[in-house]
Amino acid sequence: MVTAKEAVFKPVFENNPIAFQVLGICSALAVSISMSTTLVMCVAVIFVTTLSNFAVSLIRNRIPTNIRIIVQMVVIASLVIVVDQVLKAYAYDISKQLSVFVGLIITNCIVMGRAEAFAMANPPLISALDGFGTALGYSCMLIAVALIREPLGSGTLLGYTVLPKVADGGWYVPNGMLLLSPSAFFIIAMLIWALRSWKKAQVEPAQYQIAANIQYKGAM
Amino acid sequence: MAEFNKDGLGNILFVAVAVCLVCSVFVSAANVSLKPQQQRNKELDQKENILRAAGLLEAGKSVGNDGRGVDELFADFTVKAVDLDTGRYLTDFDTKGYDGVRMAKDPAHSRDLAEEEDTATIGRRENVSLVYVMEGEHGLEKLVLPVRGYGLWGTLYGYLAIDGDLETVSGLGFYDQKETPGLGGEVDNPKWKAKWPGVKLFDASGNPVVRLVKSPSPEGSPGKVHEVDALSGASFTSRGVQNLVNFWTGELGFGPFIANLKSAS
Repeated sequence: MVTAKEAVFKPVFENNPIAFQVLGICSALAVSISMSTTLVMCVAVIFVTTLSNFAVSLIRNRIPTNIRIIVQMVVIASLVIVVDQVLKAYAYDISKQLSVFVGLIITNCIVMGRAEAFAMANPPLISALDGFGTALGYSCMLIAVALIREPLGSGTLLGYTVLPKVADGGWYVPNGMLLLSPSAFFIIAMLIWALRSWKKAQVEPAQYQIAANIQYKGAM
Repeated sequence: MAEFNKDGLGNILFVAVAVCLVCSVFVSAANVSLKPQQQRNKELDQKENILRAAGLLEAGKSVGNDGRGVDELFADFTVKAVDLDTGRYLTDFDTKGYDGVRMAKDPAHSRDLAEEEDTATIGRRENVSLVYVMEGEHGLEKLVLPVRGYGLWGTLYGYLAIDGDLETVSGLGFYDQKETPGLGGEVDNPKWKAKWPGVKLFDASGNPVVRLVKSPSPEGSPGKVHEVDALSGASFTSRGVQNLVNFWTGELGFGPFIANLKSAS
């Protein structure tokens, strides 16, 4: 049995959905361009994952095996639509920037992964905590990426200037690559590297050995 | 429930229907209760776009230079409906919530454009369009027209603001476009948009003749006042913008309406 503390904090460093399970990368690439969109996305994912885990777990003993994925999807999709509607009503500008990515939480592997792997087999309260913890792990990773991308890419953090840009009379030449989605790949990869150097247990055994370089003559 | 079988047909149907019902209640409740607020946001956004095109609101700001908010600034404008074929105002027309772009999809309220007519590549054109009129002490001060046209990747939607003389551009701004970031996407660049005010729309006989050019004509030549510097590296977007401006100020766009306003003043 998982304890509440484990459920919440283990996904942050030990079993991080992005860094260890390497799930939910697509939305991490798209929204981590600025801190404000990242924070809104994190809150949305925390809300959806916690409540979907709770709801799925509540009815887990009644969900027929054949249609369990569909039932989970219906629950998740409804929660995402509610989040999307709330954002459109109270955070219009940010919802325009996030555009389709709020809707795409539905297909975020993390949300469904937790519903299927954890909530279907555990009681509601601990499932909700697990969903919260997993989303928290996702959020920490996203915030770490945004913390690198926004200042180096546009010289700001949450819209406030931290590195005055040359264009505005400062000294910093912004790195345009960090404004593009692929840069998040590099950053996430480096964060995974750092995390696995710190927590060696996460290093997976190599699946194959690279053969030694064979000289042309030797191969003959 | 000793004999409860969760994989039985009865339970499958029951769970499917129950989950759908409960979820749809939640979704509808959220949708209905938040609708007014969302509508307000949309209207506010549209007002901001109109004010930006007219040069009354700077990019990234939500208050004008005189410290007035969007709603107050927009109160200077009157929303009117124009019949694009006759070019006259429609007096008993409910402008609230009217969406010309959506109406253009409805065959009963729009006309099909033949290929040679459709220079802006919009397919169909609505019969009635909204215009935003700002009138001051000396009559018409600004006229804002909704415009759209195809660029490279998709349709550009925006507003064209014209000065009171009905000849001079006062601003052009797009609120939705899918052009290449950094190239065609520069249609949103304030530096490029600043080249628009002052451009003359029509030649001596009243035909729209705006041109986006790679090399500007020498100073003082007659065509100079109709020229805007094209976007570098974005030939298709530039051509699209040129075509949409000329289409919407032309015979099939607001041409008859502008002509009527001119003869009235």
